[in-house]
Amino acid sequence: MLKIENLHAKVGDTEILKGLSLELNAGEIHAIMGPNGSGKSTLSYTLCGRPGYEVTEGSVTFDGQDLLALDPHERAAAGVFLGFQYPVEIPGVSNLQFLRESVNSQRKARGEEPLSGAEFIKLAKEKAGLLQMDMDMLKRAVNVGFSGGEKKRNEMVQMGIIDPKLAVLDETDSGLDIDALRVVGSGINTIMRKPDKAVLLITHYQRLLEIVKPDFVHVLVAGRIVKTGGPELALELEEEGYEAVAA
Amino acid sequence: MSAILPLPTWRDEAWRYGDLKALEPVWPKLAGPEKIVVPAGEKLSRQIFELPILDGTKDGVGIVDLDITIGDNAAFALHMLVSAAGYGRVQVKATLGKGAHFELGGAILGSGSQTLEIVTEVIHAEPNGTSNQVVRSVLAEKATGSFLGKVNVARNAQKTDAAQSVKAMLLDRTATANAKPELEIFADDVKCAHGATVGELDKQALFYMASRGLPPEQARKLMLHAFIADAFVSMEDDAERETAEHKALNLLENLL
Repeated sequence: MLKIENLHAKVGDTEILKGLSLELNAGEIHAIMGPNGSGKSTLSYTLCGRPGYEVTEGSVTFDGQDLLALDPHERAAAGVFLGFQYPVEIPGVSNLQFLRESVNSQRKARGEEPLSGAEFIKLAKEKAGLLQMDMDMLKRAVNVGFSGGEKKRNEMVQMGIIDPKLAVLDETDSGLDIDALRVVGSGINTIMRKPDKAVLLITHYQRLLEIVKPDFVHVLVAGRIVKTGGPELALELEEEGYEAVAA
Repeated sequence: MSAILPLPTWRDEAWRYGDLKALEPVWPKLAGPEKIVVPAGEKLSRQIFELPILDGTKDGVGIVDLDITIGDNAAFALHMLVSAAGYGRVQVKATLGKGAHFELGGAILGSGSQTLEIVTEVIHAEPNGTSNQVVRSVLAEKATGSFLGKVNVARNAQKTDAAQSVKAMLLDRTATANAKPELEIFADDVKCAHGATVGELDKQALFYMASRGLPPEQARKLMLHAFIADAFVSMEDDAERETAEHKALNLLENLL
């Protein structure tokens, strides 16, 4: 589904990704772990086309098409979703309006019929319920006045409504208490653990991986994948630290 | 303003950002302010969605000049869209009686080389009066949008509560926004809040919206619509507010 080959990317004058290669097949969940500053967030932003993140070498193909040639909104319509580490507040724009317009823009780009108001509300209610989020929060302005945990939960509600093929989740577990972590984790499983979908889970901690069980764990150090293994690698990292494992 | 008075200059505070060249030919034709009197205890409102363009001007000069006297415990609400004119100006003088309220919500939407401005003078002449002014400007290309807001609180006008919130969004680096609050307070037990910002659309928010599939134009429109809507929040009639927002949205489309 996603094939990253020898990816080099820089932010400003600093090269952060230095030849990263990674392949995700449909039905797989991959976790990427790594120390601070290793390039985890840069990878997620580069995949989603954030302005300021410049690819200098390498390629990314998604379902056979050149992902890097697409604008950010076109990548979304192609089926790529980014769960933000720090979800952005948009004053005055309600979650529901924002999401309905987003979903219908994606559908339009794919040549599908737009969802009617009633169809959309039904979908939104279902996904909010899955993440145990109050519908009233969806009526409020996007992320404005939300706690850190509520923002992350809102990201997952958005993911549920948008129903992407590939989710890149950047530290979705940070800022969550234990109960919220369980809700978010099982939400990821329900929405994304499917034969035709894939997840790239960026995290610092083992605890999310106990709920969302990865098929592969990669260790990212200084802009490259230095080690790949199964779920046991995450445990090893937790016990021994990045330095010992990556050496 | 009348034929008797000399043409203002940029030295006149209330005209310092005005397009005086455009004003010159129409100056003698201006009739002076329209007087509005709100009787004690009553509530009136006015909406201005299009400035009346004066004849015989090249790029269209539209001027609204109001002199409002708000009686004791009376209220006046003014909401407007300042847009369709080469030089558009709304100037308002409001004098408040005891416990009176003045509400102003204005949206300035400019592009090209338009000069658009709202100039207010709110006089709290008696105690317990309240006023609230909200102005939102969206300016593209070489447009200039200005708000000059003077609040005058008389010596005996204790417990006055006057607020001003002025925000401008520049869509191009070549556009200009001016915001000038001016407070003249002679009473000592009053609350006068004013805030002014000039900014650009939040790039992080634009990327966030793009990552959900919204094309850039639609994302900009959604954010600007929300920004402008602040000016109409205080409209009590839902249908009127929807009309105002709808008209603002149509004008926004021309800016993007």
